Amino acid sequence: MRKAATRKQRRMMIVGAGFASFALVVGLTLFALEDGINVFYGPTEVVEKVVEPGQKFRLGGLVEEGSVTKSGATTTFRVTDMKSSVQVAYTGILPDLFREGQGVVTQGMLDDAGLFTADEVLAKHDENYLPAEAVEAMKRAGTWKDTAEGEKATQ
Amino acid sequence: MKIANAVLPFAVGGFVILTGIGVYLGLFNSPSDYQQGDTVRIMYIHVPAAYLGVMIYGVIAGSSLSLLIWKHPLAELIARASAPVGLVFTFLCLVTGSLWGKPMWGTWWVWDARLTSMLILLFLYAGYIALSNAFDEPGRGNKPAAILALVGVVNLPIIKFSVDWWNTLHQPASIIRMDGPTIAMEMLTPLFYMLGGFTCFYLMILVIRLRSEIAASKLRIAMMSGAMASNPEADNQQSASEPGRREMEKVGG
Repeated sequence: MRKAATRKQRRMMIVGAGFASFALVVGLTLFALEDGINVFYGPTEVVEKVVEPGQKFRLGGLVEEGSVTKSGATTTFRVTDMKSSVQVAYTGILPDLFREGQGVVTQGMLDDAGLFTADEVLAKHDENYLPAEAVEAMKRAGTWKDTAEGEKATQ
Repeated sequence: MKIANAVLPFAVGGFVILTGIGVYLGLFNSPSDYQQGDTVRIMYIHVPAAYLGVMIYGVIAGSSLSLLIWKHPLAELIARASAPVGLVFTFLCLVTGSLWGKPMWGTWWVWDARLTSMLILLFLYAGYIALSNAFDEPGRGNKPAAILALVGVVNLPIIKFSVDWWNTLHQPASIIRMDGPTIAMEMLTPLFYMLGGFTCFYLMILVIRLRSEIAASKLRIAMMSGAMASNPEADNQQSASEPGRREMEKVGG
């Protein structure tokens, strides 16, 4: 019986050690790849890292309030993270969720003047789920901006 | 197995009742979302499917661990019986997510950390099933498959925390989070019914599949001993089938 118990313990040790070392390998790999795994960069990262003009990447952030202008099929707006912002131009159909204050992820490249020309705009949905009627009621009561979206902006 | 048989009626009842209530509330008696409109209802399938995909993988990993260390005979059967169920739910999660992503995000698919790690989970399931059936001799694939299942466990925390560790298009967690759920109560209720219903469905399928796995192994052993009775020269194989028979009695009892 004693021998069987130690054999079990040995198996436990092997499995435990194997798993721990594998988890360490994966952890270090992911840590090293951190930048590559991010599906987008924020405006501050773009400003700090000085992305080369002509290099394709994804830019994510909130659509700045009051920055959306449309001329024909082309929409220009600013993507902001409340610290810095980048001017974006996009020609095409915008997703349903696109509006001012909404999170978006755009794909494209910067030109020499710092204008980001997007060939794809994706709307990022946030984690808040609220009934439409409740939001209507809150808007009527004038408490809407102080609740869900206000929380998001302060994060 | 007695426990499993006792669980079955509750699992069937729970599945029918909870899913019934969940579907009714989710489709007819819950509000549409302020941003997503009626598309939010996809969540009532998507979230439980994702949860089951991850949870069943956890069950397989736990069984694999007990198979490798304690050599528990039932562990192997539970893992084998669970794998296709988990595969289907992971696939369902990816499909419903894709259907939601097109109208909401504007794309069917994006290579962000959450979506990619979920896709890896699908491949882990497929690899597990393929590996455990890769050998002609039944049972030989169990050990390599169990090792694969344990290796894949690192993916589970990556799935869960991918939305916090990296910038993803997928939204952060709405239910299990520090400051409480960010889903309105009227939407959370049908979601919980669906979560319960889906879990009962898994238990139901698990018991049915366990029964058939046990029946299949009994049949295999019966055929083996039948073949030996008609062929006395195969006497040297008799000893090989002995542990198998004992295992059968243990599981069947």
